[in-house]
Amino acid sequence: MSYIQLAYSDLLLPALLVVMDGVLSLVLQLKLERQLAIAAVRMVVQLVLVGYVLTFLFAAVSPFWTALAAFIMVIFASREIVVRQRRPLLGIWTYGLGAGCTLLAAGTVTVFSLLTQLHPEPWYHPRYALPLLGMILGNTMTGVSLGLDVLTNGLVRERAAAESYLALGGTRYQALLPVIRDALRSGFMPTINGMAAIGLVSLPGMMTGQILAGVEPVDAVKYQLLIMFLIAGGTGLGTLAAVIGGGRLLTDHRHRLRLDRIASETPG
Amino acid sequence: MLTVSALTRLHISVSFELKDGECIALQGPSGVGKSLLLRAIADLDPNEGAVKLDETLREAVPAPLWRKQVTYLAAEPGWWVDTVQEHFTAWDDAMPLIARLGLPPDCGSWPIRRLSTGEKQRLGLARALMLRSRVLLLDEPTSALDATSTATVESIIAERISSGTAVIWSTHDNAQARRVGSRLFVMGAGRIEEHRL
Repeated sequence: MSYIQLAYSDLLLPALLVVMDGVLSLVLQLKLERQLAIAAVRMVVQLVLVGYVLTFLFAAVSPFWTALAAFIMVIFASREIVVRQRRPLLGIWTYGLGAGCTLLAAGTVTVFSLLTQLHPEPWYHPRYALPLLGMILGNTMTGVSLGLDVLTNGLVRERAAAESYLALGGTRYQALLPVIRDALRSGFMPTINGMAAIGLVSLPGMMTGQILAGVEPVDAVKYQLLIMFLIAGGTGLGTLAAVIGGGRLLTDHRHRLRLDRIASETPG
Repeated sequence: MLTVSALTRLHISVSFELKDGECIALQGPSGVGKSLLLRAIADLDPNEGAVKLDETLREAVPAPLWRKQVTYLAAEPGWWVDTVQEHFTAWDDAMPLIARLGLPPDCGSWPIRRLSTGEKQRLGLARALMLRSRVLLLDEPTSALDATSTATVESIIAERISSGTAVIWSTHDNAQARRVGSRLFVMGAGRIEEHRL
């Protein structure tokens, strides 16, 4: 295995491409230059920091530091889930539901793959655990946030339908089932589309990375397939848990619809 | 008999009894809480107080069973699948009632989105009546109907009342309240007051 190492100075020329985008924005008055500058600076700072943090973690191979890093990743993922909701849940569940389901699903699937397929030594070695968790987390997060968004908005829109079902003696599960189905479909869709298009439309980032690092394409494909299976499992588990859990939270033991537990629509 | 004691929901707090075969006409200005009261009796919103059917407290039965016996019908009933027929558990049994309400026999396959407000109101009523509930909580059940359909609905409900069903009928129409009600409740400021008919 051999790969071409980059020095920071090698990045100066490609960075000019971003500057070019900025100039375009100025000339065409797109008013994107400020946003672009902030995003570019954030990207550089975040990635360089992550590089050093990972270097430290890989040298330490400590269960504590690895768990802490994983925990921080879940916190950021759940924040992202909340930001993507037009109508977040109120109270502790605003963050709790998304974080809990993402952690449960992505954590389970990551540990599963570490223990049964990859067998690193020790099993929590951050070189394997954290990149795996990151990829699964990102996709699970998308599924969970889409599922919850469709669930809450669907219930607000279909309130009369669900309440009529309840008034006629339906249980909360029967009454919510049409909206729950929609929510699950939305949550699963990106993963299914991703699997169908992979390799034809886009070469996945991880596989590309391994190929650039000198891994044989067929070996890189195997890794990518593993990741895709894990992503499908994590997204399925996480979305299911979040949507069913959300459905339970938005009804109560007397089979009443409790839309008072959703925040009113946030503008934008 | 339906017994309501100190039923409290937001600003509303009421107590009354409703015997079998009795119809209370419920009146009061818009926004006074008539729908809230009916919904609270059916236990569709969080509320406090004791509601009993005969001697059974509503908390003693699962909520879905309670609502099959004490059924709330919204002024604008909701629909959760695409066609009319799919909303009925026994469509064939509902046919005579649906025909009586002035809807054609082939309306079972009609898509919900093509129904007029009046058609939805009549079909919603038929769907609720098929439960044969002990108590019907009707929230302006004829608000979107013409005079002929209104008369049909009134006579169908009158038959149910004479066979023992208890009804609370909220209406803005004073004449209708006097026609259908055996008692008249007027709601204001979260209380109800019984008026003489």
